[in-house]
Amino acid sequence: MQLAVWTYEGPPHVGAMRVATAMQDLHYVLHAPQGDTYADLLFTMIERRGKRPPVTYTTFQARDLGKDTASIFQNAARDAYERFAPKALLVGASCTAELIQDDPAGLAEALELPCPVIPLELPSYQRKENWGAAETFYRVVRQLVDREVRPAPREGRRPLVNLLGPCALGFRHRDDVAEVRRLLDSIGIDVNCVAPLDAAPDDIRTLGRADFNIVLYPEVGGEAARWLDQALHQPAIRTVPIGVGATREFIREVAALAGVDASAALDDATSRMPWWSRSVDSTYLTGKRVFIFGDATHAITAARIAHEELGFDICGLGCYNREFAREMRAAAALYDIEPLITDDHLLVEDAILNASPELVLGTQMERHIAKRFGIPCAVISSPVHVQDFPARHSPQMGFEGANVIFDTWVHPLVMGLEEHLLTMFRDDFEFSDEAGPSHLHGAARSHRSESAPSPSDARAADVADASLVSQGDLAEARPAGTAISWTAEAEQELRKVPFFVRGKVRRNTEAFAVSQGRGAVDLATLYDAKAHYAR
Amino acid sequence: MSPGESVLGCAPAAQPQVLRERGQREVFCGLTGIIWMHRKMQDAFFLVVGSRTCAHLLQSAAGVMIFAEPRFATAIIEERDLAGMADCQDELDRIVDKLLARRPEIRTLFLVGSCPSEVIKLDLGKAAQRLDGKFAGSVRILNYSGSGIETTFTEGEDACLTALVPEMPSADAGEATNLLIVGALPDIVEDQFKRLFDELGIGPVHFLPAKRMAELPKVGPNTVFLLAQPFLTETTGALQRRGAKRLDALFPFGAEGTTDWLRAAAESFGIDRMHFNRVVAPGRERAKRAIAHRRERLEGKRITFLPDSQLELPLARFLHTELGMMPVEVGTPYLNRELNGRELALLPTSTRLSEGQDVDLQLDRVRLDRPDLTVCGLGLANPLEAEGLSTKWAIELVFSPIHGFEQAGDLAELFARPLRRRDILRV
Repeated sequence: MQLAVWTYEGPPHVGAMRVATAMQDLHYVLHAPQGDTYADLLFTMIERRGKRPPVTYTTFQARDLGKDTASIFQNAARDAYERFAPKALLVGASCTAELIQDDPAGLAEALELPCPVIPLELPSYQRKENWGAAETFYRVVRQLVDREVRPAPREGRRPLVNLLGPCALGFRHRDDVAEVRRLLDSIGIDVNCVAPLDAAPDDIRTLGRADFNIVLYPEVGGEAARWLDQALHQPAIRTVPIGVGATREFIREVAALAGVDASAALDDATSRMPWWSRSVDSTYLTGKRVFIFGDATHAITAARIAHEELGFDICGLGCYNREFAREMRAAAALYDIEPLITDDHLLVEDAILNASPELVLGTQMERHIAKRFGIPCAVISSPVHVQDFPARHSPQMGFEGANVIFDTWVHPLVMGLEEHLLTMFRDDFEFSDEAGPSHLHGAARSHRSESAPSPSDARAADVADASLVSQGDLAEARPAGTAISWTAEAEQELRKVPFFVRGKVRRNTEAFAVSQGRGAVDLATLYDAKAHYAR
Repeated sequence: MSPGESVLGCAPAAQPQVLRERGQREVFCGLTGIIWMHRKMQDAFFLVVGSRTCAHLLQSAAGVMIFAEPRFATAIIEERDLAGMADCQDELDRIVDKLLARRPEIRTLFLVGSCPSEVIKLDLGKAAQRLDGKFAGSVRILNYSGSGIETTFTEGEDACLTALVPEMPSADAGEATNLLIVGALPDIVEDQFKRLFDELGIGPVHFLPAKRMAELPKVGPNTVFLLAQPFLTETTGALQRRGAKRLDALFPFGAEGTTDWLRAAAESFGIDRMHFNRVVAPGRERAKRAIAHRRERLEGKRITFLPDSQLELPLARFLHTELGMMPVEVGTPYLNRELNGRELALLPTSTRLSEGQDVDLQLDRVRLDRPDLTVCGLGLANPLEAEGLSTKWAIELVFSPIHGFEQAGDLAELFARPLRRRDILRV
C-alpha cells in the first residue's frame, strides 16, 4: 500500500476517458461502481466542456455483486449504442470492476454490435492516467487504421502530416495545436489528422494518408506513433517544439523530412522572446536558481528553456511519470544534476526545500508548495486547475508559445529594479522585504513583519514542525536539530540579506561554523563564511 | 379537507407516486462526505483504504482544500497487496504507524472502506479493532464504509456517525432529558441554534458529531434527538437502539421548516407556547423578510431536482411552500418515508417523485419538461447550461450554511442567483 494525500495522475481509466472525450463519434462503456462518475466533472468543470463526456458507466451497487453485474454491463453497452450511435465503442473496467472479473471484451463481443468494439485492458493497480491515455489511443489506432490507405504520390501536392497526442484535459493542447498548424502551414505542410483531439473513427481510419507523424505529446501519442512506424512505415518527429531553440530544431527536422525550405519560418518576426531575454532588463535573471517538476515532456523542455534561453541555474529537475524516467535521466545529466523521479509530492516538497530555488516551475501541486514557502512559481504542466484552461490563446509550443512562456515565468519574479530597491532600502518600511513583491499577493508575507522571531522561537517551531514544515517559508526553514546558535548581532545582519537567499546563507554559514568547530555564529563567522563560499 | 391541506397522519394515498429507475447513476460515493466531516471533527483523520481512483476522487471533489494539509488521505492498494505478496493487514499497520507519527495530534482515526476494499473483503473492522488496542489511550480507531457500492454521497456522513454512536457515553436512566442535534452543521449555524435553545430554556443540548472525540455527548433512554439532515437513516436506527427517541419534524430549512423543527423540541421539553412564540418570532420574521426579497424572482418557476444528497425533498418543500416554486420532478438517491413524512405531505400532489436513477432517461424528461431551474451535479450542470437550461449545482447545498432562520435568505438566494444571472447576461 502507498499512502497518498495528493496524486499527480488519476487511474488509467481516466486516461481512457481523456481519449474518448477528445474524440468524436466514439463512446466508452465503463464497468464501474456508483460514484466513479465523479470523473465527468474534470471535463465539464476544469476544461469547461459544454457536453457530457461520451462515457456510460454501469454504476453497479453492492446488491448487484455476485448476481448480474455482467448483464448490467451488457444492458449498458446495448443502451449506449442505441442512444449515441457511435462509430466505435470502447469497453473496459475501472479498478473495482477489474476485481470482480467480468470480461467487458467478451461481454461486448457477444452483443454483436454493428460497430467496432475496442476492448481496453488497463491495469488499475499498476498503471496510471498517462499510461491509460497512451494505451487507449494505441488500441484505437491499431484497431481502426486502414492499412491499405497510403500517401498519394508526392508530385503536385503539399506534404501531409498527422499530429498525434493532443487530448482532452491536456495542458494547453488546444492552443498548441493551433500554433503548430500555423507553423506547418507557413512552411507549406498540411495536416491530415489531429488525433485524438477532435478526430472521429473515420479520421483514424485514414491516418495512413500522411507522409509522416508528429508526436506533440509523447505521453499520449508515443505508443501509437511507434506502431504506425512499424505497421505503415510512417516515420515520426519526436522533437517537442517548446522553447525557441526546440522550435527551430523542430522546424529543421520537419522541413528535412518533408523536403521543404523552412528558412522563412526560422526567423519568425513574431518571436519576441529572444530579444526580451537579451534586453538589459533581463540581466538580473542570470543564474536565478530554478526548480522544475512536471510531466517529463514539459519538465525537460522547460529545463532547456531555463538554461539556454533565460540563463537560469537549474537546481532541481524531475517528473512524476516513471514511464519517461530514461528521457528524464538523460536530460538531467546535461545539467549535472540527479533527477527526481517520484509521484510522492512530499518528496518533491523536501527536494524543493533542500534546493532553495528562487523560482519553481511545476504543476498545480508545486504552485501550492511554493506558495506555502513564499517562493515565486509558474505552472508548466498538468495536473492543473481551471485557471490553466484559459479563455485567451496561450500556447506553450512554437514561437508564440515561447513568448507566452517568457511572460509567464518572469512575471512571478521580483522585477529587476524592484529587487534592487528592496536591497537598497531594506530598512525603509515601505520597501522592507517583508512587504514582498508589489505585484504578487504582498499581504501574504506581512504577518512576519511584526517582529523578527527570536532564534529560540524559531528553533522551537523547527522542532515542532520537524517532519512537516507545514508553515513558514523556505528562506527561514532550517533542518531540524541544528545546534548552532546565532548572536543577536549576526541574526540582525542575516535579516539584511534578501529573503530569497537568506535560508541558503543561514545553512551555509551554519555548515561553515560546524566545519570550523565554532559553537556560535557571530558577525565574523558570518562574513568568514561569505568569503569562504565566494571562492 | 382537500388533499392540499393534508397533514401528517392522512391516508398515504394523498402522497405522490414514486418512480423507481435502475440505470446509470450520476452521483458521488460516500467517500465525499470526508471533505466536510474532517472540517467538523477537528481531531479526526480519515484514512481511505482504496485505489488511486478513490484518491483522485477526493482530490477532485475537495478542490483547493487538498493543499491545506488536510486530515484525510488514501492508502492506495497496489498489485502486491492484491497478489497476496504483501499482507494487507500488515501494510495497513505500517501506514497507520507512519501516519500517526506524522500527525501526533490526531485523536480519532477512521479507516474508511471503499469499493475495492469491500470487494476484496478486506476486514477493516478487524484492523480497526487491532490498531485500536495498539494505540489504546491515545487514539481511537474506528471504521465505516464510504464505498460507492454501498453509499451515495451524504450517506457517507450517515455511515460515519453510525460508527460514532457506540462510542458515545451512556446516560443513566435517572438523568434529566437531554436534546441531541444530529448531523454535521457549520459552526455558525450550530451556535445560532444553541442560542435559540438557551432562550427557549431547552437543555442540555449537544451536537453529533462533536468537534472533538472527548466531547462526544451522552446518550440514553432520556435522550431525545432532532435530525438536522434528512440522510441519517442508519444513525437514527443506532441512536434508537441506545434508547434515544427521535422527534418528528420538518427539516430546518426556511422560516416554516425551522419553526416546526424548533417546535418539536419545545413541545418535547414542555415549553410554554407563548414563550416559544416570543423567542422564535424575531428570527422567524427576519427569515420571512429575507425570503420575500427573492420571492418575486422564484414564484411560479418550475424546478427539477436530480438525485444527489437526499436534501432534495425538504428543499423542494421549502421552495414550494415559502417561495411559491413548482416542483416538477424531485429525484432522490434514497427515499426514507418515515423521516420525510411531513415533508412529503407538503409537496403538491402533481410532483413527480423519483428514487434512484437512470440518468439518460431522467435527462430526457428534463429536456421534455424544460423546468426553469434544474438542480444537478457538476458533471451535468455545464452540459445542461449549454442546452439553454438554467442549473443550480447541488454540491453547494451541502457545503454552504443553509439551515435555520438566519440562512433562509441565503438559501433562497442560491436558487435565485442562476436565474438572475441569466437575466443579466448580454453575451
